[in-house]
Amino acid sequence: MSIIVKPDTKVLIQGITGSFGARHAQLSLAYGTNVVAGVTPGKGGQLFEGKVPIFDTVAEAVKATGATASAVFVPPPFAADAILEGVDAGLELVVAITEGIPVRDMVAVKRAMGENNKTRLIGPNCPGIVTPGEGPESKGGCRIGIAPGYIHKKGNIGVVSRSGTLTYEAVWQLTSRGVGQSTCVGIGGDPVNGTSHLDVIKLFMADPETHGIIMIGEIGGSAEEEAAAWIKQYGTKPVAGFIAGSTAPPGRRMGHAGAIVSGGKGTAAAKFEAFREAGIGVAATPSEMADTLLKMM
Amino acid sequence: MNIHEYQAKQLLAQYGVAVPQGQPCKTVAEAKAATEQLFNAGHKLAVIKSQIHAGGRGKGTFKHGFKGGVKLVKSVEEAVNVADNMLGKVLVTKQTGEEGRLVSTILVASAETIKKEFYLAVLLDRANSRPLIMASTEGGVDIEEVAEHTPEKILKEWIDPAVGIQPYQARKIASGLGLKGDVFNGAVKLIMGVYKTWWECDAAMVEINPLCIVETPEGKEAIVAVDAKISLDDNALYRHKNIQEMRDLAEESPLEIEASKFALNYIKLDGSIACLVNGAGLAMSTMDIIQHYGGMPANFLDVGGGATKDQVTAAFKIILSDPSVKAIFVNIFGGIMDCNVIATGIVAAVKETGLTLPLVVRLEGNNVAAGKKTLAESGLTIISGDTMADAAQKVVKTIAK
Repeated sequence: MSIIVKPDTKVLIQGITGSFGARHAQLSLAYGTNVVAGVTPGKGGQLFEGKVPIFDTVAEAVKATGATASAVFVPPPFAADAILEGVDAGLELVVAITEGIPVRDMVAVKRAMGENNKTRLIGPNCPGIVTPGEGPESKGGCRIGIAPGYIHKKGNIGVVSRSGTLTYEAVWQLTSRGVGQSTCVGIGGDPVNGTSHLDVIKLFMADPETHGIIMIGEIGGSAEEEAAAWIKQYGTKPVAGFIAGSTAPPGRRMGHAGAIVSGGKGTAAAKFEAFREAGIGVAATPSEMADTLLKMM
Repeated sequence: MNIHEYQAKQLLAQYGVAVPQGQPCKTVAEAKAATEQLFNAGHKLAVIKSQIHAGGRGKGTFKHGFKGGVKLVKSVEEAVNVADNMLGKVLVTKQTGEEGRLVSTILVASAETIKKEFYLAVLLDRANSRPLIMASTEGGVDIEEVAEHTPEKILKEWIDPAVGIQPYQARKIASGLGLKGDVFNGAVKLIMGVYKTWWECDAAMVEINPLCIVETPEGKEAIVAVDAKISLDDNALYRHKNIQEMRDLAEESPLEIEASKFALNYIKLDGSIACLVNGAGLAMSTMDIIQHYGGMPANFLDVGGGATKDQVTAAFKIILSDPSVKAIFVNIFGGIMDCNVIATGIVAAVKETGLTLPLVVRLEGNNVAAGKKTLAESGLTIISGDTMADAAQKVVKTIAK
């Protein structure tokens, strides 16, 4: 098993004809992901790569193909609209890859989604989600987003992170040691996002195929502390983690819009402390994320 | 993006927020005229405020010895003297570092008698993704201290973004601050305006500290935003042409401006080991691991997911223009990106810049074998690291010698 997506999940790509969306749609197809549709307004009726039908609206794509998940590759000024279109079409999952969406737009999206329990939003500004498959280089899995597929291996470790390349680093450390992953989720580096560390941790704890978890955080906000507090009380599986940004100067945004220590809040030190208090294994360096978890198992 | 106090007050005034009468001046003559205008309007006291982005202006000292980046003046002569000592001079405060900042604009404003100070801010509450108004009777002081020691003195009001701020919410805050009569009504209007500024301008933070009850020349009480600070959401600047024009490049590090031209995310730090990394999280972690092994990072530098040869070359040039850099650590996880493309870019950049400093490269990911081969066969002295930890230890060792 896995969380959120399975190898047979039917995926559509919003913004499939843009260069970024097209490239990653191709890579997902090559990985063996069930990409059933693309959406680009005004290009309905065409075919992507000669095989994937393109629709003008998400609603049409869902009706015609039964897609349940989407990846949003739409440019920032139009991304909030694209996310809400996916929600309106009743998708179970919308993964927003787009980086640079105005915070105010995401505040409005979150409010519009309200207590909607039908659609899960992951991201924005995230690498997406991968449930590795059983083929060579983990092919045959579900890859929604921009993560490199080949670094994965099917197995029993869950990975959740705010950062892209740091997620790949952790996944690669596991795979190089012969240890596979159940699902890897990049929740994104923006201050307002759809799915939190805690949301993913709860799913991993409930997933019988996930035996251990790597949680990667970074400075800014308090999502890591909230997840740690829950783990302390209800955690049933080993969790190891790392927080990026111990050396970041206060008040500066470190690449990600959400990676900022402001008003003395959101420091790496405070997050590491929350990890220790919750019995989460702390990797002394980002090179030791996998080893720290494997020692606990 | 940050803007100056006078620009923040211009934006706030557009949304009906009461600010002291005043105007920005770039010359002593302008300052003289502005002060005369205030005194002619019946004001007895004016304030001259250096416009730099750093805080601590009041307690700052100019490099030529003049004390105070914010000064009260009682006469036009005094104003001329102060303006002459601020404009074109370098102000050092606890936030500017030793190099200080050049003051090229001063704000000349009316300075009414302040009867009471408050704190007011609008920001995003990340925990519930909603705008939050914070207010306190403890104005003019460090709000973080108040939050730490007397959190009960901070009033909080969350705004539903679907309907925006409602007048009753502003009334709740004004009442919570103990305001009465005309000042109460003035505060309601002001709070509504501050919130609207935050929302309409796509601000990250609007802070009024202090918000003051003042005595006007007519002897009445009024509530005004005596100081104001606004920072904007960079992602939303594309839809605010007027705010884009407020950007003051003199307030930004020249290297950071240069980096932004190549879509590189660079932040200068104080250490001696430069790093060049793809991805923000990995870039932060690279700084952390350098420090873990006893070194100090010279910068944060994220070249992004799809770095080109031109970007890598530009990145090297930026790193090398920082004189405190003694060694370079390149840490690339080429997920989709071809490691050989990166390796070719590194070799070209090293040759073009004539690099002589120790260079440690850790490459991992797609087509890594070819990438390592390119580096090995380049004829350059490049130290290769197998893991992040291995490479970090090696780069720290190069400067320990």
